[in-house]
Amino acid sequence: MVSMTRNDNDLKGGVNAVEVRGLVKHYGGTKALDGVDLDVREGTVLGVLGPNGAGKTTLVRCLSTLIVPDAGHAVVAGWDVVKQPRQLRRTIGLTGQYASVDEKLSGWENLYMIGRLLDLPRRKARSRADELLERFSLTPAARKAAMDYSGGMRRRLDLAASMIGSPAVLYLDEPTTGLDPRTRNEVWDEVQRMVAEGATVLLTTQYMEEAEQLASELTVIDQGRIIARGGVDELKAKVGGRTLQIRPSDPAELAAMAQALREAGLDGVAGAQAVPDEGLLHVPILSDAQLTAVIGLLGTRGFSLAHVATALPSLDEVFLAITGDKATHTETIPQEVAA
Amino acid sequence: MSTTTLTPTPTGTGTSAPAAVLHDEGRIGLRGNLRHIGALVRRNLLQIKKDPESMFDALLMPIVFTLLFVYVFGGSVGGSMGGDRQDYLNYLIPGLMAMMGMNIAMAVGSGVNDDFRKGVMDRFRTMPIARSSVLIAKIVVELGRMMVATLILLGMGFALGMELQESVLGLVGAIALSAAFGAAIMWIFILLGLTMKTAQAVQGTGMLVLMPLQFGSSIFAPTQTMPGWLRTFTDYNPLSNLADAARALMMGGPLAHSVWVTLGWTVVITAVTAPLAVSRFRKKS
Repeated sequence: MVSMTRNDNDLKGGVNAVEVRGLVKHYGGTKALDGVDLDVREGTVLGVLGPNGAGKTTLVRCLSTLIVPDAGHAVVAGWDVVKQPRQLRRTIGLTGQYASVDEKLSGWENLYMIGRLLDLPRRKARSRADELLERFSLTPAARKAAMDYSGGMRRRLDLAASMIGSPAVLYLDEPTTGLDPRTRNEVWDEVQRMVAEGATVLLTTQYMEEAEQLASELTVIDQGRIIARGGVDELKAKVGGRTLQIRPSDPAELAAMAQALREAGLDGVAGAQAVPDEGLLHVPILSDAQLTAVIGLLGTRGFSLAHVATALPSLDEVFLAITGDKATHTETIPQEVAA
Repeated sequence: MSTTTLTPTPTGTGTSAPAAVLHDEGRIGLRGNLRHIGALVRRNLLQIKKDPESMFDALLMPIVFTLLFVYVFGGSVGGSMGGDRQDYLNYLIPGLMAMMGMNIAMAVGSGVNDDFRKGVMDRFRTMPIARSSVLIAKIVVELGRMMVATLILLGMGFALGMELQESVLGLVGAIALSAAFGAAIMWIFILLGLTMKTAQAVQGTGMLVLMPLQFGSSIFAPTQTMPGWLRTFTDYNPLSNLADAARALMMGGPLAHSVWVTLGWTVVITAVTAPLAVSRFRKKS
């Protein structure tokens, strides 16, 4: 089954592994999905970005046959989610926000059980469990109950469980929500590996940073509707890319630094702004070249810098840039997403 | 945006199912189903192995109930039946056998409800397995637990001096009948477990329904001294029929009526609640 990758597929890039048209799901008066269209090209990662309650999880649950949409249709790996759920389930893997493994069973027992449920012969199920535990660095914890795993280990076990059948399409529903940064990186590494091996991934996330790390294409969803889509760079350009945060050794120099940058007229970095409360200078930048230019300029002007950092636009900034409508969004965006 | 039409062919997606399954309906054959049920039974057994306390009800209930009823009520009820404590023991054990199944069945309901709170159910429901196999595996394991409880109960009975009046075949028949009826009741509780919000609610409702059914029956005492209205209830109570049938199979007495009525209840309850439970399980989101 491992050999069922698509390296030899000359259609790669041209075929949609997931096609969603006009998908609607209402819960009482709430429109969880309100006419969603999207495509995921085979072998790529589509990031679905949106705040809590935007409809991301509802979308994933519709596409994985857990709920039936009220209207519209969706085709995954050639199978209709409503009319051919049984066939569809053979081709998908799902890793949710909440680890979908049996907590009382050990990591190995979970993977073996799933292998058997996927009709692997006993011996194959055993070797596949060993192999995936090894790959996800869980071999030392293979015999421990999943409930004794750390958050990151559990998420990795969950990913391993989703990989047993080598699914053509993988849904990752907020795979790193609630994880610490180190564990988040581990999960990202694994996802990148799966994609390198040819999996098609639909990833939902609240984090701009995660979307940038993993996805090639982005769809921004809010209140059940798609409000923007495009490449990561396109969207970043739309919201102004990163912000360079510079802390001078002497806070009194902030204003002079901002002044110097504005007067230098460097290409595209006119927006330098002193934020005295934080002792920081904020400079919106679009490229690494601009970053280098800004730092270089400040150096030649004799400013002494204590700390330099870059920050991606937070999800709220993305929303504000896209919708240009502060009022409707400030309330719905949870604070922890501010990057 | 691509306008490619997707068809389930190998060239269409490059990754769709192997050729052999391309033209099927996605149905799962009997062997596949049995294999899935086997894997899920194993899961349930492993859970018990890791949490042996979950067996306490099956292990201790028969002991506690037998001791309590035989020694608290045995003398007086046995006496009023025209015998003694020993006669009451012979009367009680077949009745308790009917009752064990009910209490185990109630645990199934809260167990299913609990299971649903966990992400693993989502995984099962996105896998290419018949959704009924998850429920059937649960029932298989609970029947096993019920058998353990029944064996302990019989062990207690024999230890205290119960004497079979009929053949061992009768005993086996009584066990089988109790198991079949117990399985039917499990479907009711699975349905409850899938419908109600919390495991506690399932347990509470279960107690409320089971208590009158268990005590308003011929399980613990003959119904002759009960007032007329209650006797009407106990006569129609399927648990009375099951207790009477088990008693007749083990200790002798009129057999046909109670056995047929019990089998009838078993078939009707299963035929109505099993499909409802499976469909409820399918639709639950």
